[in-house]
Amino acid sequence: MNLASRDSRHNFGRFVLTTIGVGLLLMLVMGMGGIYRGLVQEATLLVDRIDADLWVVQKDTRGPFAEISRIPVNLEDRVRAVPGVLTSRAFVSTTVQRQRNGQPLRITVQGLSWPEDRGQWLPLVAGRALGQVHYEMIADESLKLSLGEKVALAKDTYTVVGITRGLSSPSGDSMAFFALRDAQAIQFDQSGEAVRLERSARYARAELIDLGHTQPQVIERSLGPSSAIPALGPPVISAVLVKVQPGVDPNRVQSVIASWPDVSVYSSDGERQLLVSGIVDRSRRQLGLFRMLLIIVSGIIMALILYTLTLDKLHDIAMLKLMGARNGVILGLIMQQAVLLGALGYVVAYCIGQWLFPLFPRRVVIIPEDLWLLAGIVVGISVLASLLGIAKALSVEPSEVLS
Amino acid sequence: MSTGLGSGETVLQAEHLTKVYGSGHTEVVAVRDATLAVARGEIVALLGPSGAGKSTLLTLVGLILQPNAGRIAIGGETVFDNHRTRVNVRSFRRRHLGFVFQKANLIPFLTAAENVRLVMEINDHTHRAATRRAMELLEYLGVAERADHLPSKLSGGEQQRVAVARALANRPALILADEPTAALDSVRGRQVMELFRKVAHEQNAGVIVVTHDHRALDIFDRTFEMEDGRVREAVTVR
Repeated sequence: MNLASRDSRHNFGRFVLTTIGVGLLLMLVMGMGGIYRGLVQEATLLVDRIDADLWVVQKDTRGPFAEISRIPVNLEDRVRAVPGVLTSRAFVSTTVQRQRNGQPLRITVQGLSWPEDRGQWLPLVAGRALGQVHYEMIADESLKLSLGEKVALAKDTYTVVGITRGLSSPSGDSMAFFALRDAQAIQFDQSGEAVRLERSARYARAELIDLGHTQPQVIERSLGPSSAIPALGPPVISAVLVKVQPGVDPNRVQSVIASWPDVSVYSSDGERQLLVSGIVDRSRRQLGLFRMLLIIVSGIIMALILYTLTLDKLHDIAMLKLMGARNGVILGLIMQQAVLLGALGYVVAYCIGQWLFPLFPRRVVIIPEDLWLLAGIVVGISVLASLLGIAKALSVEPSEVLS
Repeated sequence: MSTGLGSGETVLQAEHLTKVYGSGHTEVVAVRDATLAVARGEIVALLGPSGAGKSTLLTLVGLILQPNAGRIAIGGETVFDNHRTRVNVRSFRRRHLGFVFQKANLIPFLTAAENVRLVMEINDHTHRAATRRAMELLEYLGVAERADHLPSKLSGGEQQRVAVARALANRPALILADEPTAALDSVRGRQVMELFRKVAHEQNAGVIVVTHDHRALDIFDRTFEMEDGRVREAVTVR
């Protein structure tokens, strides 16, 4: 006869409420683990999906996601010339914030190297990849933009032609993909007044030097667009993505590019590791500690609940002892109830989590390994939590039936 | 029906039992040199005013409390002697003793049948055997139709009958009842007392009933009176 289940059935309402309470606590523990997994996945999603063997970035920087990287656009051609390189693609990544319907709209703008890269590798849930070199964009569904919607960014208007799912930057901002030139236009957009001021400053600087006096055309040029001034550098990109030829050792190509004094180069795994150990690491530790605290709090609360449930049954436990029940029967009553409470709380946590986690603004990823680990922890804290109640129950004298 | 002990005529032999609570100025002698013997199939009453030591004597022979001195033998087996318990008391209680109290003390989350079954399952009976015997006992005590009800749905008299069934479940040699009718009206109280007599005679168990109810004394085979912790056998009323 299972006394624990019968007692729980008898006090059904209280048991259900207690289970829900414990379940909500466990859901928080589960969610913390899921948020951490989500952080890692968000941080590494693009690196994992973009299908590049090597990432070439500005010297001594940690790539386009961990920190700002600026490299000249012609680096794409230099890399392509390295023996063993199959393709090289320019890549731009920057985050902008605009207003949409009175609400802030944060977008991580990713520039794809048209026409080699049209975003055909993206996980599209609707629409298509980029079909023209300008004025089209692919947006993540979390931006809540619809297919065909027009979005004004910088001085141009872009049409949403594709929708992706689950693509956000390590900082949690939703991604949108543009052709490289459009991404740069968005990134380096300046107001008309800023352009005019810059030209005036250039004119003033040109007037102050001898070259300006001896070559009047230089002064005239300084009043024109910056792209017409040969002395100025071309627009910059964030990284060059390299795919090596089949059968070629990526390490060999990496060592060649790494010998250049103006760039750093990382393997795809290296870039991934940089993201995990850099951007996510502190969040991971923070979440890990918070998760640990929640487990301890859950254990303490479960112990108090089980102790209270045991106190309610002291008279019955004394009667059981009077009837000659072995300690195992009494221990089983309390421990089985603890494990039942933990197990049902775990199921409640899982069910509520499945419904609630997708509503969170950032990704919550629950993987089977974490679920098994948490199940083990729940059994552990259930057993530990029951010890207080068991100690109390074992100290009860049968003579207390008479009181 | 067998009680599971030896076939000696005397089921309880308590000799020179003494129980002292506290020490020094707070010392109270609850039972003083008490000697008592009960035979199989016999029902005896233990009478006396409040504080006379009746319940304490019952807890001593029920192996709930340990005497300071004296000897207790149940079913011919010495269970306490020379300041030492000679048996595993919990195991011994489980196999050889049955208890009924003023309150039925049924486990509230078990049905009447489950309350009876529980003591047998604790004593390693199979589920099937325990279920069969529980129903037999509830039938015997006239509460079979209430077998599936929780204690909270039973009347006081019904609860007490279930408690008696539970006390009988393991076929004990000795049943100890402490004021089992105190919470019942006179009619139901008498019914319960008659039930104990029936149990003693038909189940061949010794029954000791602590009671204040002098109206039911005709039911008992012998009567003992206690005062200031001392026991003496009274003149048989019947």
